[in-house]
Amino acid sequence: MIKVLTVCGLGQGTSLILKMNVEQALGDKGIQADVEHTDVSAASSMQADYIITSNELAESLTDHSANVIIVNNYFDMDEINQAIEENFTE
Amino acid sequence: MKFLEENLIRLKAEVETAQEAIEAAGSMLLKEQLVESTYINAMVNAYHANGPYFVLAPHIAIPHARPEDGVKEASVSLVTLKEPIKFGHATNDPVRLVFGLGASSSEEHLTVLRSLTNLLNDSGNVEGLKNASCYEDIKTILEKER
Repeated sequence: MIKVLTVCGLGQGTSLILKMNVEQALGDKGIQADVEHTDVSAASSMQADYIITSNELAESLTDHSANVIIVNNYFDMDEINQAIEENFTE
Repeated sequence: MKFLEENLIRLKAEVETAQEAIEAAGSMLLKEQLVESTYINAMVNAYHANGPYFVLAPHIAIPHARPEDGVKEASVSLVTLKEPIKFGHATNDPVRLVFGLGASSSEEHLTVLRSLTNLLNDSGNVEGLKNASCYEDIKTILEKER
């Protein structure tokens, strides 16, 4: 199973919003994945295949082994769909 | 759970800084006794500590803190800004809509976030909220989403 983390500063609000839209996008594409939301400090020690987050927080996750994907507009399903298409590999 | 009810909305607020905008959204929650005053401080501190990552989309900020910082009930307030304010975000500045999120640890937190996401995923709704001049304008948009 593909493991995806959505990450924000506190892991309470914005990462959950992103998780909802990422799950929607993955579901529409028929991609099975385990999506978890967390804060940026916990994320650095968690295993994942992909991390989806904002530009600001991506800078502190560059050492992570996961493929870090940046989304600027969390409410733009087109951007989220495109980010997944460009970065996810089968 | 309180989601964008009339007494949680302030339109065309005049503020000078990002911190004032966050405090304005937080004080709407405090006024309705949905959070403790400590929560507003935590919202501001989170901004200074972690930066403006909560500016989630062009013109939209969703400041919040942790449930343990003083949330009594899952809730969302809205302050629209008369003059847009820069929060320091690389792509989504300036901010016009500030949603104060009272992040609770209850199931209602998910319901609140789901409602907010459904509302803001529609760019037409976002434009409508930015231009709203009275609560009736907001109510029309919210009722469309139900």
